[in-house]
Amino acid sequence: MSISDQIEQELRLSAPAPAELPDVSKAAAAAGLLDVAYATLDSPVGTLLVAVTPRGLVRLAYLDAGEEEASVLEQLATTVSPRVLAAPRKLDEPRRELDQYFAGRRRQFELPLDWQLTRGFGRKVLEATARIPYGATATYKQVATEAGNARAYRAAGNALGSNPIPIIVPCHRILHSGGGLGGYTGGLERKRVLLGVESGQDSLAGA
Amino acid sequence: MPRSRVSSAVNLPPFQHLLDLHSRDVHRFLVATVGRVDADDCYQETWVAALRAYPKLRDASNLRSWIFTVAYRKAIDHGRARRRAPVLAGNVPEAADTRGTPQDEPDDGLWSLVRDLPDKQRTALAMRYVADAGYDEISAAMGTSEDAARRNVHEALKRLRTEYKR
Repeated sequence: MSISDQIEQELRLSAPAPAELPDVSKAAAAAGLLDVAYATLDSPVGTLLVAVTPRGLVRLAYLDAGEEEASVLEQLATTVSPRVLAAPRKLDEPRRELDQYFAGRRRQFELPLDWQLTRGFGRKVLEATARIPYGATATYKQVATEAGNARAYRAAGNALGSNPIPIIVPCHRILHSGGGLGGYTGGLERKRVLLGVESGQDSLAGA
Repeated sequence: MPRSRVSSAVNLPPFQHLLDLHSRDVHRFLVATVGRVDADDCYQETWVAALRAYPKLRDASNLRSWIFTVAYRKAIDHGRARRRAPVLAGNVPEAADTRGTPQDEPDDGLWSLVRDLPDKQRTALAMRYVADAGYDEISAAMGTSEDAARRNVHEALKRLRTEYKR
């Protein structure tokens, strides 16, 4: 091996990065540049991606139900800010409240919400939904009425179907007038589990 | 999405994506250019500066070169700050490595030789062999022609060959 080859090889092999690189999200937050912080959490309804802005919780996505992490993050980058960083510690409070909720020990979320991914009538529908108490349910028509337009129950259904913050904004509490489950972003099985948690009949408590 | 076109000309990927792809190479590049002791600080400064500028970026076609431009500038700033700092008693000659504590630096002779290279040669060499960059990337990051990038790497290797294991 020539001395040049030897030098080149030595350069390539040296300076390995440490197993754990410095945490950029902390410095970013200190500089006021952490516009969207996210983490993934495990829950009884599968892996959740949760994202917060300085204003509050902006997005919750079911990663096991057709939404991919990459596309959720891309959507946040284009609609909220491209300054999107993984920052698990910024999500400690949502994680704690969700854990308590699934264990049956929390009936109301106290997290501040950032509604910026909703607008117009859709936002009114979701705000009305957020007022439905734990363990109670309402119909699409009731929530449309509450949002100011009793006849717009289809539009209400669409707004609920694209709820950016499911579970916390409890769109699972909206059922068909006939008593049918209706639809759900994360699939009907998840809707059943959430309603089960809230009726206290579920064995998930303590899981 | 129509909304994003109004706010910026390009669709920027989530910043985390850049970190996932380039953080290790950026760190290795900085260890090679500023030394192990100061690499962590330069690394943080690089990413915070990049994050600050990111939303205003007009061209997302070569983000890897862009992040290396930021790292390159941080490394140069760092070198200047070091040279301005007073040299301690029992001092070393101007050209020698004054960056960091010697015992914490990689102890092979090659790396102290690399750190004694002129800024442009050192940067080009580190990008080429540590970050595995092409000459197009090196020239984009350093704002030079590809020929100049090639020349910088060539000169750096030539110098190392004459100094190495002497």
